[in-house]
Amino acid sequence: MSYRSHADLGGCTESRPVIPEPEGELFHAPWEPRVLALSLAMGATGLWTIDMARAARETLDDYASLTYYEIWLGGLEKLLRDSGAMVEPPIARPAPLPAAAVAGVLARGWPASRPAQGPARFSVGQSVRTILKRPDHHTRLPEYARGKRGRIERVIGVHVFADASAQGLGERPEWLYTVAFDGAELWGAGDALTVSVDAWEPYLESE
Amino acid sequence: MSTPDDDHSELSPLEIRVRALESALVEKGYVDPAALDLLIDTYQTQIGPRNGAQVVARAWRDAEFRAWLLRDATPAIASLGFTGRAGEHMIAVENTSEVHNIVVCTLCSCYPWPVLGLPPTWYKSAPYRSRVVRDPRGVLRDFGVELPEATAIRIWDSTAEVRYLVIPMRPGGSVNLSESELAALVTRDSMIGTGLALTPPPLIA
Repeated sequence: MSYRSHADLGGCTESRPVIPEPEGELFHAPWEPRVLALSLAMGATGLWTIDMARAARETLDDYASLTYYEIWLGGLEKLLRDSGAMVEPPIARPAPLPAAAVAGVLARGWPASRPAQGPARFSVGQSVRTILKRPDHHTRLPEYARGKRGRIERVIGVHVFADASAQGLGERPEWLYTVAFDGAELWGAGDALTVSVDAWEPYLESE
Repeated sequence: MSTPDDDHSELSPLEIRVRALESALVEKGYVDPAALDLLIDTYQTQIGPRNGAQVVARAWRDAEFRAWLLRDATPAIASLGFTGRAGEHMIAVENTSEVHNIVVCTLCSCYPWPVLGLPPTWYKSAPYRSRVVRDPRGVLRDFGVELPEATAIRIWDSTAEVRYLVIPMRPGGSVNLSESELAALVTRDSMIGTGLALTPPPLIA
């Protein structure tokens, strides 16, 4: 196993409190908005996918000790190194996002839905079990929800498959579902708690 | 704005690192400096939780809009002008006396940017992401929120490109308020589920 995400935190032992923050407080150092903007601007060039960006961030060795924008900065530096855009001569030459295009690009976003090529395997209300095995690459099924029995709550549609997109294998769209779990199934006990994840079809097996 | 002649001696190592990266990207022509300033300004002054508050206030006042929002949130929210990055696929969930919804992204920091703007620090932090799926009532206590024991809790972990907006319960005493007065009661945290909508000030007779 070589791929290791440091970002899969759901259910981990954690004794620190959550510290609320006022609404207008967006940044805590002058460099933070620059990192935000650089990440958004470079992301918009299409040099990498959002899934590749998440993979770059979650595999930073010192992830746990970094602040949020330090993680973004480290991820951006890693993506740029891997992209071939920073060597001379560049292997990739991304075209910049022009200021005039910013509003339109943000308003359009990057929809992940794709046309269905076949019927969904599961339907609302059906019992499913999530796969147990963690793959050796970026994935979006949290550890706490692996090998658990849940039920299909919503058939969302066909979306770009994060696991494939993160590895640069193309979009390989798959059906995406909201899968709900009883708290007791996840944690052994749960006082009227339900937790759901959004899971692509390859994460699920019939129960 | 800074100039190349600025004295760097008082800058933090991070500030120097980020400036170096920005300079390199500008020099190579990969980023347009004006686009950077515009991106920052957009999320500082235009796209934030007041957008989401408008959506909630509309849903509180307009039963047809509320039904549309719960059925098909993306176009309903787009009808108020809020679309795009990190909100391409929206789902709205409604708090009631029976169920209280809370949104998290345990794997990173997925958050509905067109309606809530940039996520607060705590939303991206390890304590929130690790604890809220397991001990939501403990997390709510950190926010000073105590729910009735009979209320079921529903956690939405945003693990794909779907983004969730919580419609908080409409507070009592708000029957006669206008849409903008209602929106003022809708806090960012109430649209994530870690807070409740504010109670309107008592009417002055």
